[in-house]
Amino acid sequence: MSNVGIVIVSHSPKVAEGAADMVRQMVGEEVPLAWTGGNSAGGLGTDFEAIGAAIERAWSEAGVAILVDLGGAETNSEMAVEALPDSKRARVVICNAPIVEGAVVAATEAAGGAPLQVVRRTAEELSP
Amino acid sequence: MDEIVATASSVLTNEIGLHARPSVKLTKLAKTFASRIEVAASPQGPWVDAKSIVKVMAFKAAKGDTLHFRASGADAEQALAALRALVDEAFHEGAGHG
Repeated sequence: MSNVGIVIVSHSPKVAEGAADMVRQMVGEEVPLAWTGGNSAGGLGTDFEAIGAAIERAWSEAGVAILVDLGGAETNSEMAVEALPDSKRARVVICNAPIVEGAVVAATEAAGGAPLQVVRRTAEELSP
Repeated sequence: MDEIVATASSVLTNEIGLHARPSVKLTKLAKTFASRIEVAASPQGPWVDAKSIVKVMAFKAAKGDTLHFRASGADAEQALAALRALVDEAFHEGAGHG
């Protein structure tokens, strides 16, 4: 049985890496996890190719849940999902949830073997 | 909950109480059992689903508070024994764990 993977996309590589550290330390190693942050020039921003690479790193047959921070992180994540092959696109979701709390909660749910839509719904319980 | 087949309670002895990291441990352990499991800070409730990480994280309990568990299902007794052990062993918190 494979667990849903988690991808963290922030404008800041420090935020993305820090959120990933929290997932690893609080939830554990049993969830595929990748993070990306910053633009290709090394500044704050997001890069859709880097997001695509992160999805590949966290890939799981059970699918991948993406946690994003602000506007561009979401639109670039949507572009990265669009660019995936058909066989994978349907198994990737972007969660409407706060990035840090959402990542920990989604990973906790994924670690229990929950399917992708349950992982997403659990993360989105955090949003008002 | 339909039919309560097991109940248990345990005092929180770990320093930070039921905060984020212990909540993750409790939820992950609860999810390993098939039974329906609920947790409350009082025997009168309100009871929340112990497998819901969002609800357990929102559950405020400090060191010295008593956690009450109830469960229904074939492995209810084993589930509550395991959860009690986790609380009694202070969530295996070591130095440096917050």
